[in-house]
Amino acid sequence: MADIDRDKLRDIYTRTMKVNRTDEKFRALLMEGKVAVMYYCVRGQELVSAAAMAALEDDDYVVCTYRGQGEQTAKGIPIKKWWGECLGKETGTCKGKGGTMHITDPDTGIMVTTGVVGSGLPIANGLAMASQNNGDGRVTLVSFGDGAANIGGFHEAMNMAQLYKLPVIFLCQNNRYGEHTAYADHTDSPDISSRAAGYGMKGIKADGNDVNDIYPAMVEAVEHARSGKGPVLVEAMCYRMMGHFFGADFSYMPEEHIAEMKAEDPLPKLRKVMLEHQFTEDELDSIVAEIDAEIDEAVQHALDAPLPSTDEIYKDVLEETA
Amino acid sequence: MAEITMTQALNKAIDEAMAEDDGVFCLGEDVAAKQGGGVFKVTSGLTEKYGEHRIRATPISETAIVGAAVGAALAGQRPICEIMLMNFVGVCMDQIVNHAAKLRFMSGGQTPCPMVLRTTTGVGVGFGGQHSDMLEAWFAHVAGIHVVTPSNAADARGLMRASIDANDPVIFIENILCYGLTSEDPGPGYRVPLGKAAVAKEGTDISLITYGRTVLDALEVAGELDKEGISVEVIDLRTIAPYDEETVLASVNKTGRALTLHEAVRPFGTGAELAANIQEKCWDKLKGPVRRVGGTFAAVPFASHLEQAWIPTKEEIVGQIKASMGKA
Repeated sequence: MADIDRDKLRDIYTRTMKVNRTDEKFRALLMEGKVAVMYYCVRGQELVSAAAMAALEDDDYVVCTYRGQGEQTAKGIPIKKWWGECLGKETGTCKGKGGTMHITDPDTGIMVTTGVVGSGLPIANGLAMASQNNGDGRVTLVSFGDGAANIGGFHEAMNMAQLYKLPVIFLCQNNRYGEHTAYADHTDSPDISSRAAGYGMKGIKADGNDVNDIYPAMVEAVEHARSGKGPVLVEAMCYRMMGHFFGADFSYMPEEHIAEMKAEDPLPKLRKVMLEHQFTEDELDSIVAEIDAEIDEAVQHALDAPLPSTDEIYKDVLEETA
Repeated sequence: MAEITMTQALNKAIDEAMAEDDGVFCLGEDVAAKQGGGVFKVTSGLTEKYGEHRIRATPISETAIVGAAVGAALAGQRPICEIMLMNFVGVCMDQIVNHAAKLRFMSGGQTPCPMVLRTTTGVGVGFGGQHSDMLEAWFAHVAGIHVVTPSNAADARGLMRASIDANDPVIFIENILCYGLTSEDPGPGYRVPLGKAAVAKEGTDISLITYGRTVLDALEVAGELDKEGISVEVIDLRTIAPYDEETVLASVNKTGRALTLHEAVRPFGTGAELAANIQEKCWDKLKGPVRRVGGTFAAVPFASHLEQAWIPTKEEIVGQIKASMGKA
């Protein structure tokens, strides 16, 4: 396998740590009681999001889910606006009207964050259809979990995407749980990626905890879609290391599963790869320190920001009320 | 000007919008030339002019159809998707209600969703319980969408152009029994603004507020009652939601009486909302309670005589008008 070049590795590491430090910060704020909002932790899935976003161009479209922090921050959403939205403030991407489950920032290609499992796939087809119609060369990446692979929209969207050869990448982050139900209790087939064959689609299964596996897989998928060969289903094997949402009980996770996911934690593994590529500990620490400083500033900005005016409930309903 | 049918009116409106704007395209089941140009021929002849990329025949996948329209709309195109029969919206409500309708609001205005969802329905053709319902109230109850239905061919042309122009989702309901209705062709570029009702017939004794196919019944009844000295004003809402409150209230303030009429079942129907609003805002002018006529609260039955018994009849409309006038 061709080695990932150092610049790209630095880029992926930076994106990964952005996702991770945002997640850590969010959980700390929730633990301290400084904020009280719904938040879907991404601990364990940071690398998948980072590798996927690093394989895209800045103007490519992304559709994600309520567990979309990884895609949003790794794609480069302005983090002051991101924190503003998560805290329900006027300074948020959506003026506080979308919230953690509906982050939208078209400037960075974050077109839809849906709170409904599986609903993003059909919409991603539409974004890709627009690109196919107007020849703008963009691809659309839609991220979802293993749980979403069992809703009807998945099937409809996969078939339609392949029929029209849409430039779309279906990224299934198989984090082994659909809400609180373990993979084996919701699906009997051994994997999701093999379903691609049933649609005549290209399918790729990759280790989402290993940068040397997931990043090349994402590059291959993006190149395939962008070249007009049609959609790709990528199944990134990973672990959701916490409950379904912050505060949710996850004592149902068996001990052996917890041991397995700790052993596979993508962060120490990525750090090891970085060191093998002659990045120094100091260099890596300073990347993280820079991210932390930026996050701290953004959080403070959001905490200090004004609440949206209550008039906002009447605005943006229809164009006439904009 | 020549006469056109409602089918031709819709076709012309879509055709001229597609000619003017490359971002307008159609998708739906059986809509392209290979499938005969749509089950009711509304998209007939358009594949030949604009190609299969802009008249996309889809699999039988309502969620994927509406989802694709939503996504393309977010990317700045103006998709016209077709859900062949209105009852099939049950398959794709999530895309309509949770996404198309809400994405403008939830994004703080960043992602408007300019799409038209065309759909067909109607009682009286023997299609039974799953192919006949008027479900406009489901959508009228959701903030963020326009609900439109024409009662004649000229309005069909003008409302379709205005719906394609709109920067928000429009549910465009076509009644099967209206496709063959003819009007004088209003010509290219004709638009009927959304949210504007028509006074289909002026009158002074009672306001009969309706839309779609039942406008025909309303006009027939009004004509007959004229002969009996009862002057009925017929309001054709054209846009069911958000509706033209100004025209409705002005009419009721003038006549002092109101009857709502729709093919959809009566309980929790749009007539109930109209009646409640009229009673709140025209109370001092009302000479009696606002009355409602609607379909029977049951599934649409198959057997012809049962179906006819299910539909609101002209006798029922006349009866309610006379009761309102104290002439029952």
